Amino acid sequence: MSILTYALHFQGEFNKNSLGAISEAGKLAQQIGGEAAAIVVGGDDLTDDFCKSLGKYGASKVYRVKGPEGIAQPVVDAMAKVIQENGYKYALFGGGLLGFEIGAGLSARLGAGVTMEVTQVKVQDGKLVAVRPVLQDSALVDVGFAGEPGIIIGRLNAFEVTEAGGGDAEVIDVDVEFSEFSTKAQVVKRGERGDEGGVNIEDADILVAGGRGLGSAEAFKLCEDLAEVLGGAVAATRAVVDAGWYPYSAQIGQTGKTVSPKLYLAAGISGAIQHKVGMQNSENIVAINKDPNAPIFEFCDLGIVGDLHQILPKLTEAVKAKKGA
Amino acid sequence: MKICVLVKEVPDAAVEKRIDPNTKRLDRSGEKNLNPFDTHAIEAAMQIKEGGTVDVSEIVAITMGPEGSERALHKAVSLGADRSIQLTDDALAGSDVCATGYALAKVLEAEQPDLVLLGQQSDDGECYAIGAVVADHLKMPSLTQVIEMETQPDKVVCRRQAEYGYDTVEVPLPAVISVGDAINEPRYPSLKAIMGAKKKPLDKKSAADVGIEPDKVGEQGSRTQVLAINPPPAKEPGEIIEDENTDETVEKIVAWLEERKLLA
Repeated sequence: MSILTYALHFQGEFNKNSLGAISEAGKLAQQIGGEAAAIVVGGDDLTDDFCKSLGKYGASKVYRVKGPEGIAQPVVDAMAKVIQENGYKYALFGGGLLGFEIGAGLSARLGAGVTMEVTQVKVQDGKLVAVRPVLQDSALVDVGFAGEPGIIIGRLNAFEVTEAGGGDAEVIDVDVEFSEFSTKAQVVKRGERGDEGGVNIEDADILVAGGRGLGSAEAFKLCEDLAEVLGGAVAATRAVVDAGWYPYSAQIGQTGKTVSPKLYLAAGISGAIQHKVGMQNSENIVAINKDPNAPIFEFCDLGIVGDLHQILPKLTEAVKAKKGA
Repeated sequence: MKICVLVKEVPDAAVEKRIDPNTKRLDRSGEKNLNPFDTHAIEAAMQIKEGGTVDVSEIVAITMGPEGSERALHKAVSLGADRSIQLTDDALAGSDVCATGYALAKVLEAEQPDLVLLGQQSDDGECYAIGAVVADHLKMPSLTQVIEMETQPDKVVCRRQAEYGYDTVEVPLPAVISVGDAINEPRYPSLKAIMGAKKKPLDKKSAADVGIEPDKVGEQGSRTQVLAINPPPAKEPGEIIEDENTDETVEKIVAWLEERKLLA
């Protein structure tokens, strides 16, 4: 009962969520009597030493495939081939965009069951059972698989990176003939980040985060003013970063950063799962939102139902006065 | 260019959502809204049509769902789709992501679109995955979470945020593209469009009509099984303040922060 994972890499480093998936697969494989393997797809930067290093996270084998990077469909071709030829019973992915796309495509290709947003994997009767929160995390569903393989796609940061594995992984080169449609999409530019300046939000003790409820790029000034008096930094949701209101380097959640400051003050943020996964381990969460039904009120420590445009300026003044006193 | 947009009906945000403990499926009785993410896909189709770079022959909205799910199609055509197709069949009930993607792909096979658009995720099951499943069945290139799209006669140039920043990807047509909600601001339907929506053609199709193999859909076609539904670990509910007097509210926030030594 062996498990295959996909290891995403970029500029000489493996993705943290991929390493988490390998670590998880290593632990699970021991319990179900199999081994964990990883597949990598890319160019000459996938050196022997780089691939072997996945052994320390728990991969006993690494399948190395030459192919295009940054798109999912070639990886689907490669994983389908390796799974079929070697009889892997499960495919496991760490959180992130490519894992979602690859896992979904693989499910169609192999007629296999897929479960996503998984936060925990359990072993029951020698089989894997994926635990998936649903309905804004108000229920946890245990999902089992009929037929093989079972495809499990983790939520961002669901699987911890542990160096519990053995020595070097065995590197196996695999030639894959890609499907015609899989290589049609071409990555023209990859990894544009724009403005990289400013404070590193991952190191900040206090974050004032702004979402769509701010209403405009200009309104981020309200967050900046409050962050300044609190001695913190400003963070943002994906929606406002995509809208161009705030730089990518400040983005929390999903494809952005994961933070756990002492105080996370969320202004105009609804608290969708994609954001929640990036900040739910903050010590104190304060939310200001005018919508009383916003999901963030389900998991904040202090929630204010009201207009942030009224509250933030007064809060900034009050904090300034208190600190000056 | 022919554009097909996949849409679905989801529970209204204000309706309490629950899983039926007997069927272990989402209780869909409170449903009445077009998935908000899908309105962005329809708007994207409309902007291509109105943009003038390519000639759009028609926009077809497609849904799969039980009786009543045609409400999503009415909304979709009021937002600009020219006609709509409802795939509805008792055999489809209980389909998982993989089975649903297969069934939708069969409808699309018959339509032969140049571009398939869908919203990046649905509001209920949170499955982002349908686009990639559909694309694999159709053997078309695909991309999800696209937030900028420039359409040319033979390709779409897409921008999206991936693990390492923003990527630009050229996708030749025909293709399946899932759009993110940052791609546009969907328009509101005019009263005239709402009134006219019911006059636009709506085709009802059964599973057999589009050549769906019965053992690949519904519960028997699904390769995942819900084994148990459990409540999440209990969490102490937070304190909620309704802001009626902002000065008082701010005082309370400051006191709360000070108590936790966050104003040091």
